[in-house]
Amino acid sequence: MSDEPLVLAFCCHYCAYAAADLAGSMRLQYPANVRVLRLPCTGKIEVNYLLAAFERGADGVIVAGCLEGGCHYLEGNLRARRRVERARQLLAEIGLQPERLEMFNLSSAEGPRFAEIVTTMVECLRRLGPSPLRPASHPAESPATASRGSSAFPLPPSDFPKKPLDCVAGPACSGDKR
Amino acid sequence: MIVADRKKIPEIRDMIRGHRRVLLVGCGTCVTVCLAGGEREVGILGSALRMALRLAGNTETVVDECTIERQCEDAFVDLLAERTAEGGYDAICSLGCGAGVQALAERFPAMPIYPGLNTQFIGILQSQGVWTEKCAGCGNCRLGEFAAVCPITRCAKRLLNGPCGSSRDGKCEISQDLDCAWQLIYDRARALGILDRFDAIVPPHDWSTGLDGGPRKVVREDQCIAGMGPKA
Repeated sequence: MSDEPLVLAFCCHYCAYAAADLAGSMRLQYPANVRVLRLPCTGKIEVNYLLAAFERGADGVIVAGCLEGGCHYLEGNLRARRRVERARQLLAEIGLQPERLEMFNLSSAEGPRFAEIVTTMVECLRRLGPSPLRPASHPAESPATASRGSSAFPLPPSDFPKKPLDCVAGPACSGDKR
Repeated sequence: MIVADRKKIPEIRDMIRGHRRVLLVGCGTCVTVCLAGGEREVGILGSALRMALRLAGNTETVVDECTIERQCEDAFVDLLAERTAEGGYDAICSLGCGAGVQALAERFPAMPIYPGLNTQFIGILQSQGVWTEKCAGCGNCRLGEFAAVCPITRCAKRLLNGPCGSSRDGKCEISQDLDCAWQLIYDRARALGILDRFDAIVPPHDWSTGLDGGPRKVVREDQCIAGMGPKA
């Protein structure tokens, strides 16, 4: 089993997701262990999303939202922080290190900060070691060979989607880039 | 509404230890409103419980989730019968209040039923995320005599002729966060112009309508189905 941690990053469309994009455009290096999931706002986060990630074997989870006071929806990131705190309490209650879940705030102009966040989190997770909830076959090891639908992070059907899905980013994101 | 809060996860984990398939059942009424046992909380507890079991080395127990509209009514509880039979569950963990847990136990006599919540009180939402007790269900409501503030529930000493000597600046001696019920009664009675009601000593409360005679029952003969009589 690989000791490389798998990190899920729930990123707000208006800041962290754009910062990740910027980090890529700037050719910044950061660990490849992170899987970015875009949300319209971190206020979309629910405690059970965070728990589901750990239940399915994620070693760590990042929630990255706008700077406080800068939420596109006014206070989505503030609500997210409280939900993250509640999820951390639940993790502690069941005996999983709460440090595996962190929330960060950054702006869309902070590509280097995104790279730094991912690097810091991966370093922290390497110190903590793999999650005891990892499935026998970790999805980080062989995503290409994992049988569809049977891994902890099931892949969509091979013909998905036939038609590009609607996207909040509009025309810039309407093409099928897979 | 009935207000409850969730038991600690290790306690629930230890209760269901030894069962193969456990169904977590939420309730869509009071405990949904007080954010203790509704559909969302069932999802969160289910996920946390599965992880807690695995972390304790229990990889055998399966925990599934469902929520019904109301656990304290047979009509809704009946909807669970098919689900429990199909799923082959050998235990249920109820996220309803104490009435819900016992309603499930009566409907499924052969199934172990465990409580996932600690039922607290009849109360109201004071502010977002804060619930407070307002009614003790004493069976003999006298709110009309006390300017609609219940001294039985809200006075720490249940005084009917208050306040006591430990009322300070409108707060109770047991906590600076607790309003003195008799201060509230006095302020409200003064505002309503009914202070003269307190000239007379209030006689002791009749507790025979409370838990004094064992579990209580309310019967409406006109609503009972003919020939069946009041249900035991």
